[in-house]
Amino acid sequence: MTSSAPESPILSVEHVGVRFGGLVAIADLHFDVRPGEIVSLIGPNGAGKTTAFNVMTGFLRPSQGVVRFRGTALTGLQPHEIVRLGLSRTFQRTSVFPDDTVFDNVMIGLHRRTRSRLVDTLLGRDRAAERRLRAEARDLLDRVGLTARADEKAGALAYGEQRLVGVALALATEPAMLLLDEPVSGMNASETRVFVRLIRAIRARGVTILLVEHDMPMVMEVSDRIAVLNYGRLIAQGAPAEIRSDPAVIEAYLGQGSAAREAAMRAASVPTPVPAPMPVPATPETAVAEASHA
Amino acid sequence: MTRLLPLALLAGLALLPLGLDANPYLLNALITTGILTIGAMSLNLLLGFTGQLSLGHIAFFGIGAYVSALTSLGFEVELGFGIRVVHEPWPAALGFLLAVVAAGLCGWLIGRLSFRVRGAYFVIVTISFAEVVRLVALNWVELTQGPLALTGIPALTLGLPGLGSWTLRTKVQNYYLVLAVGTLCYLMIARLVGSRFGRAMRGLKENESLALSVGINATRTLTVAAVISAAMAGAAGSLYAHYLRIIDPDVFLFATTVTMVIMVVGGGKGTLMGPVVGGLVFGLLPVALRPVMAPEAQWIVFGLVLIAILFVMPRGLVPGLAGLLTPRRRGEAPTGSAIQPVEVRS
Repeated sequence: MTSSAPESPILSVEHVGVRFGGLVAIADLHFDVRPGEIVSLIGPNGAGKTTAFNVMTGFLRPSQGVVRFRGTALTGLQPHEIVRLGLSRTFQRTSVFPDDTVFDNVMIGLHRRTRSRLVDTLLGRDRAAERRLRAEARDLLDRVGLTARADEKAGALAYGEQRLVGVALALATEPAMLLLDEPVSGMNASETRVFVRLIRAIRARGVTILLVEHDMPMVMEVSDRIAVLNYGRLIAQGAPAEIRSDPAVIEAYLGQGSAAREAAMRAASVPTPVPAPMPVPATPETAVAEASHA
Repeated sequence: MTRLLPLALLAGLALLPLGLDANPYLLNALITTGILTIGAMSLNLLLGFTGQLSLGHIAFFGIGAYVSALTSLGFEVELGFGIRVVHEPWPAALGFLLAVVAAGLCGWLIGRLSFRVRGAYFVIVTISFAEVVRLVALNWVELTQGPLALTGIPALTLGLPGLGSWTLRTKVQNYYLVLAVGTLCYLMIARLVGSRFGRAMRGLKENESLALSVGINATRTLTVAAVISAAMAGAAGSLYAHYLRIIDPDVFLFATTVTMVIMVVGGGKGTLMGPVVGGLVFGLLPVALRPVMAPEAQWIVFGLVLIAILFVMPRGLVPGLAGLLTPRRRGEAPTGSAIQPVEVRS
């Protein structure tokens, strides 16, 4: 654990900007995530959310600014080095190794968990480590609810289940913080409900979560805080209740096409049985009750 | 089934010389086929398991052959600035080890140079590398004798202290040596592919971004694969040199790389048995065709057979035949179908 004070951020994005030629993908992004929080990053399509994820995980170099994770500047680190620091991510579209079974997917994901050397492999001395890994893989599949799919080709799964494989892969790296890129897109209402419980279960184990998502009811329900991006700028941040009534946010969504307008309207008119799911420790019952509107 | 097949094949190959009654022509064909098959197995490690196509793979084979030959023959060269290097002949077995090390080092170099760019660049770098090495072998006459060939390469001598030693001069002895080295390479590749390292290779091949995001170091993994692949090709080259006892720059012929690629692709890339089956089929095809047609016509048949195989079994002989033997599993859900809600346990 870090020796820092409880309130010090686990992740801080400090004045990050990304330009592709003349196009400004992210202008001046500046926000913090504190340990144990679930924070959502929302905004209309093209607002720079996935770009921000790519910067945080080393897939993209920012044109300016710096991202710090547990106090370490991530500038210049490769993706695989950033994962080793405990910052893991999922992908929006291709979240699996398609030609392998679900079980083998997780086994690939457990790469960093053993340090078997090639010599040990060639001499057959990695058996115990492999056995331990297989047990861990089964445990992870159980956690995300994919045990029944273990022997199927990951590429043949439905999209919603592929997302779960992606989460299992990210969890396999034992992250302190997890970045989820549109995890429930392509899921139906009941799958989304189950996924919300999964996110809470992950947080309950002490993993901080940053979420990019378009499903507004889901975002409102699960987030402690929400940051809103538009045209590469942060236009608002705060608790779900504040965001829901923020004029700048409504403006951003209404300015878009009708689909986005509908999403904003729905988000704005969500009936809330419980005020806002702030730091209320969610039991499965309340989670289901909260999700029932979906 | 999948475990029994390699064992049955090994047993068959081990008993084969007894049935051949030491027919030198067939034994020779089997030995050269076996050596090329080892090359194909090493190529498969890169092409099949990491997806990187090395079209200069013969360079590692040839480097192995020359290093082994020169180590056991000795040489004397002028490096310029008045520096003379004189090397007294060493035992051939040491040449074999040095061949493996030298080829592996070249694999490391090529890997470091080209895996930052990957794909087509890797193909070009490997082709160029093979061509450069061939030109060196052809033109550095003082060291390699150039087109005059290195002759009188000693046969390998295997020895155990206290047990005596054997010099492998006969074809039957060489046959078993190649079979032993081939089996060892097969076992090593099988271990690697089934291990953490093999999973890293598969992950990179199937979805590189995702592989990086679970902490797999792409450059390191691919470079290590290239080193092992090159080292095995070097071992095959060394066997070749000590079996034929003469090598010339023609060992670097591009056509040999193509033959190895055909063996891998025809047999089934990315499978353990693929290059073995492909190697035997395409290595022994000329033997089967020799009584009935001229060598030029044989190449046409070679091509037709490959086209026929890939037309019927696009993934190669081994996966194709395995697919015929195992009935298609039912219940393979089509992508995008509606799914049942899954239960989450926390």
